[in-house]
Amino acid sequence: MKITANLMHFKELNEKVRNTPEKSVEIDNCIGQRYIASGLSNKDIIINGTPGNALGAYLNGANITVYGNAQDATGDTMNDGSITIHGSSGDATGYAMRGGKIFVRDNAGYRAGIHMKAYKEKIPKLVIGGAAGSFLGEYQAGGVIVVLGINNTTGKAPVGRFCGTGMHGGKIYIRSENEPENLPAQVAVRKAESEDMNEIEDLLKEYCDNFNYDPAKIINKTFYVLTPNTKNPYKRLYTNN
Amino acid sequence: MLKEGEIRIPSGCAISGIFSKSGKPLSGRSIIDSIATMHDRSNGLGGGFAGYGIYPQYKDAYAFHIFYDNTESRLQCEKFLDAHFDVINLSKIPTKKVASITNEPIIMRYFVNPLHNKLKESQLDEDEFTVQCVIKVNTTIDGAYVFSSGKNMGVFKAVGYPEDVGEFYRLDEYEGYCWTAHGRYPTNTPGWWGGAHPFAMLDYSIVHNGEISSYDANRRFVEMFGYKCTLLTDTEVITYIIDYLHRKQKLTLTEVAEVIAAPFWDTINSKSEEDKKRLTYLRNAFSSLLITGPFSILLGYDGGLMALNDRLKLRSMVVGEKDDMVYIASEECAIRVIEPNLDKLWSPKGGEPVIVTLEEGLR
Repeated sequence: MKITANLMHFKELNEKVRNTPEKSVEIDNCIGQRYIASGLSNKDIIINGTPGNALGAYLNGANITVYGNAQDATGDTMNDGSITIHGSSGDATGYAMRGGKIFVRDNAGYRAGIHMKAYKEKIPKLVIGGAAGSFLGEYQAGGVIVVLGINNTTGKAPVGRFCGTGMHGGKIYIRSENEPENLPAQVAVRKAESEDMNEIEDLLKEYCDNFNYDPAKIINKTFYVLTPNTKNPYKRLYTNN
Repeated sequence: MLKEGEIRIPSGCAISGIFSKSGKPLSGRSIIDSIATMHDRSNGLGGGFAGYGIYPQYKDAYAFHIFYDNTESRLQCEKFLDAHFDVINLSKIPTKKVASITNEPIIMRYFVNPLHNKLKESQLDEDEFTVQCVIKVNTTIDGAYVFSSGKNMGVFKAVGYPEDVGEFYRLDEYEGYCWTAHGRYPTNTPGWWGGAHPFAMLDYSIVHNGEISSYDANRRFVEMFGYKCTLLTDTEVITYIIDYLHRKQKLTLTEVAEVIAAPFWDTINSKSEEDKKRLTYLRNAFSSLLITGPFSILLGYDGGLMALNDRLKLRSMVVGEKDDMVYIASEECAIRVIEPNLDKLWSPKGGEPVIVTLEEGLR
């Protein structure tokens, strides 16, 4: 099914997407409609344009591909499925994800992966091809975040400030020749070893496959791994400045 | 029912701004189309716009836009205006009936210049004289509220969704080089027209998405300098802070941003000696003007536009560019809807101002 969204209200658009018996849905000229595909399973959705906030919130197995940029809170609390963005994504990408995968070809805004969590076989994965904004993985409790820094020319790790603030679980991988600076005390950093890289090899190949990158060029580089530092647990940030 | 000023009202909101660096006259149509895409960020309890360069025929006079509750407040205010200003022109602001916009006050526009003898007597400059008169009207004349007082610019606001407010004020009939817009989402409001954004003083206008937690500290500080925060909305205090720092203290806009969204001390410590010295001075001198809590604001002023996020960036904001045009909005869709093909699109970092000005020689 093909829908031209234009200025259609999100409620009408989302009802159409939800109610069609067809598995494939393509949305053209999307202009900021919120909550697209929220809670959906068993659908393949292509979006051309700019989907609105909370794209794929509570996603439960559907696959979303965006040709354009996504706005804020993409994949909020998603449980399963995938979101592939041929562009950048806004703030709070992968907010409280509990499963599934998000691939962002270019950059993500502030607070990507905030409150990500994991349980047994449910391990959410977020891959950002370019740079991530500040507060990457804030309060991360589980899951895997990867930032590749493709085309990064800054000479610094492709993450902002306060990376991993409040982190108490999961792993953040950062592809960079330079160790990330100014990490909070509750985060431990080290160079990735081969076991670390094995854990994300398939994920990186999938990213490369989605966006036509040569896996050899992406994978065979230095990665740093951030994990919670259990010796130095998280203390409050917001009250002391 | 408690009016604004008697009850404190936090709000959510959407903002959008459009700017032509070459000074191209832009009709109010595109800013209406832009803010309309973010309809669901507002709840119909406040919408408004500011346009710059819209009154070229009276560009050297202060344009007052005033709400009146009744003819009595109008008579009283006009008596005050006549005593202090030379009123070059007065008229009702043209509006059209829009079903969703009701209970409109009397809405008047005056082009005025301070009376020479009054100005001399006051020993103030024109701008300060005008500011004091505006504050006087707003605090002492019951039922009168000056909501716009700059030169060659104007604020248009009402209770309603912003796209309806734009139709109501017939903004497609105005042309300016810069427009800003606001859609309001107060969680609990009596819905008074004066409480909608933008908030303006002289040519400064602010639209704001967020919730300031430093409101009272900020208010206490600016009230020492003659401002009166009559509405208890956080946006009003931001407007006065900008007027105080930029017009009175003559800080640059970048320095203003370094005061209100001051970097953390550990960020300051990582800077060069020169920057460290400046930033430390500003934080110390104006510590009560640090604005904490989430905000994204657009500040319109004569010849320019500044966008700023709080330093933790707790609100969204994107900037798009196409040729001489700059677009800034809470959501990318609000830009794409009026300019699908951008040369550049990015999100400014928290505390990093984006300042756009008219090309040289255009002011």
